[in-house]
Amino acid sequence: MNLEELNATATSERLARAKKRHHIHVCVGTACQALNSEQIAKALQAELKQRGQSHDAEVKCVGCPGLCSLGPLVEVESRVNGQATTDAPEEDRRKSVLYQFVKPEDAAEIIAHLDGEPVKRLETPLDQPFFTRQTKIVLENCGKIDPERIEDYIAAGGYQALMKALTEMTPQQVVDEITRSGLRGRGGAGFPTGLKWGTVAKADPNAYPTNVPEGIQSRKFVICNGDEGDPGAFMDRSLMEGDPHRILEGMAIAAYAVGANHGFIYVRAEYPLAVKRLRTAIRQAQRAGLLGNGIGGTAFSFNVDIRLGAGAFVCGEETALMASIEGGRGVPRPRPPFPAECGLWGCPTLINNVETLANVPPIIMKGADWFASIGTEKSKGTKVFALTGQVVNTGLIEVPMGITLREIVFDIGGGIPGGRQFKGVQTGGPSGGCIPAQFLDMPVDYESLAKVGSIMGSGGMIVMDDTTDMVEVARFFMEFCMDESCGKCIPCRAGTVQMHRILTKIQEGKATQRDIQILEELCDMVKHTSLCGLGQSAPNPVISTLRYFRDEYEKKINGHHKSKPNGLSD
Amino acid sequence: MTNPLPPLGRAAGNGAATAKPDDRLVSDKRYKIIEATMRRYGYQGHGLIEALHSAQEAFGYLDDFTLMHIARTLHLPPSKVFGVATFYNLFTLKPQGAHTCVVCLGTACYIKGAREVLAAIEAEYDVKAGGTTRDNQLSLLTARCFGSCALAPVLTFDGETIGKVTPEAAAQQIAQRMMAIRQAA
Ligand SMILES: Cc1cc2nc3c(=O)[nH]c(=O)nc-3n(C[C@H](O)[C@H](O)[C@H](O)COP(=O)(O)O)c2cc1C
Ligand code: FES
Repeated sequence: MNLEELNATATSERLARAKKRHHIHVCVGTACQALNSEQIAKALQAELKQRGQSHDAEVKCVGCPGLCSLGPLVEVESRVNGQATTDAPEEDRRKSVLYQFVKPEDAAEIIAHLDGEPVKRLETPLDQPFFTRQTKIVLENCGKIDPERIEDYIAAGGYQALMKALTEMTPQQVVDEITRSGLRGRGGAGFPTGLKWGTVAKADPNAYPTNVPEGIQSRKFVICNGDEGDPGAFMDRSLMEGDPHRILEGMAIAAYAVGANHGFIYVRAEYPLAVKRLRTAIRQAQRAGLLGNGIGGTAFSFNVDIRLGAGAFVCGEETALMASIEGGRGVPRPRPPFPAECGLWGCPTLINNVETLANVPPIIMKGADWFASIGTEKSKGTKVFALTGQVVNTGLIEVPMGITLREIVFDIGGGIPGGRQFKGVQTGGPSGGCIPAQFLDMPVDYESLAKVGSIMGSGGMIVMDDTTDMVEVARFFMEFCMDESCGKCIPCRAGTVQMHRILTKIQEGKATQRDIQILEELCDMVKHTSLCGLGQSAPNPVISTLRYFRDEYEKKINGHHKSKPNGLSD
Repeated sequence: MTNPLPPLGRAAGNGAATAKPDDRLVSDKRYKIIEATMRRYGYQGHGLIEALHSAQEAFGYLDDFTLMHIARTLHLPPSKVFGVATFYNLFTLKPQGAHTCVVCLGTACYIKGAREVLAAIEAEYDVKAGGTTRDNQLSLLTARCFGSCALAPVLTFDGETIGKVTPEAAAQQIAQRMMAIRQAA
């Protein structure tokens, strides 16, 4: 497909769409699918057919619109009046109704009310803060398009950015645009994306000995990190399930910018639906000539393969991930050399998180200045969070950087259920920390989170109420790191075991003040001497709970040498 | 490994009673699936994990024979194949029960009481996490997050996700499904 064909497809798709007065979107993300949403889609379709309304309305299976706690969700978008047109303002003349907790039995009622008043019993307002306080860039298509149809993505403006990059920009200009946008990695550390791209673009493929397998024609690689190891986070899963083509487009643009012809998406095997949708997307893109050789009639070639993880958290770490793609045990190695210079099979490799790459097409289309106008001075754009735990609205949210925690938890999240008190929010998973109530008005950006001893992480945000035992939370994460330590370096392998033992001892009421001291020493040692990020960050949950909830530790100590209130032990 | 296999093409030791390894490769069609996966990667070492995924999907677990077969076909030392198979949590070298229940112990589920759910199932079926019931009907496993955290606590039964489970109802929900399958059979 070249640009003209792409535009033609988009136009005809939009025309076909405009012919129908009602568009019924049924969420078939993992959470809603688990609640039988595919049955609902079938029931709605059958009902339309029976009433002879199929010409007027269509049922579409879409990705996650975000509010998983009210699922299964069905959204009905109707044209209010006027002629079918293809220009954008058409959207303005549409009204939407969102139905919650839908069951297949509700299909008849929903269809019967298409032209009249919405079904009040099932309706949930679309003007609630959960929706109005969000800014959707990365998730703009999730819940709107059918992830298994490339035409849907194209109709929504998909692959235009890739065409623009290939036909109007040099690779260097693409790198510059990303650099100017201020985009930073969404995989945890927040490394400036443009800087990374520039390094890979400049890297010499012959600088290190390489052993690329037969059949792979590339001397540089692009990897999309879809391992999403943080337990309690599902941003990347929803993106891969809800808008897979966006990730492929982001990867292709990245590949063009750095000079790679082959890419890998590394997905954890726990996400079978994401794998399936990505496979479908790759096949469709290849058939449409948007992946493969001579993309869009240009000389640029790019192929993508999927690799499955096999249940190892450490494989989210970039060097371990590459070892896993090479078919080996996923153990990290010391850096430098960084993957940008010596990565997969010894070749310069760009590795980015799913959400990072999903930000790329809109930046190319709308420009770096537009992107840089959103967010804070050092953290640009939006961030997707998986809001879970003791909060009324659980689900997926996308908010501009710099929003406060209070807005997230109390406005968007709807506060704490059951009349309980807010105690803290955990970000960054096993590598992050717990943020107490005193910081609720802090802006959420990379620097602020780091200042209070947590990290942005990949976007897991777990809200805890006053029933949560913080020592238990620390013990939980330590157990996780202990299990997931790959065993290569001793501080992490042995240190996590020791720390877990002490935390268990505290929980059993058998510890003394001395144990807390040892725990703190171990935290310091493991943090500073481990080989990779897993060990270096494993103590974070302990350090942050000791910092803000020390009294909970003290209460469990059976000795009498309580530490002073300022947090220092005597 | 207690019983290493002889190199390809030679009879398996003591007499005609033991089948030749090649026989099993021919008679059991599932090896074709693994073969197709290995072929896709040009029988090169980087296809190892994908081959193991295929094998586990086909057989439910990885036995010595299959691991040795993969090692030989990909020209890898058995130590490498065993090293990889035992490194990743998802691969299992033990046969599984007829049904599998996986309880999520990820953070979101943990905060919402997944541990109690697990304990209830363990008590009801008299099996510890990681084990299989004595009648080989149910394997009970744990996982770290299915990405369905909004439905926490979550478990899966034979791949089907069940959300918002309670310790009281979990065992019953499993029993119902096992019953339904038995009746259908
Ligand atoms: C233990 C560990 C686990 C990680 N897990 C993930 C992960 O699940 N997903 C991810 O994108 N990055 C993960 N990372 C970060 C990656 O190593 C890498 O920095 C990231 O993929 C780079 O992409 P970005 O620049 O787009 O953020 C992990 C790092 C460590 C140390
Ligand atoms: S923590 Fe259980 S599904 Fe994510």
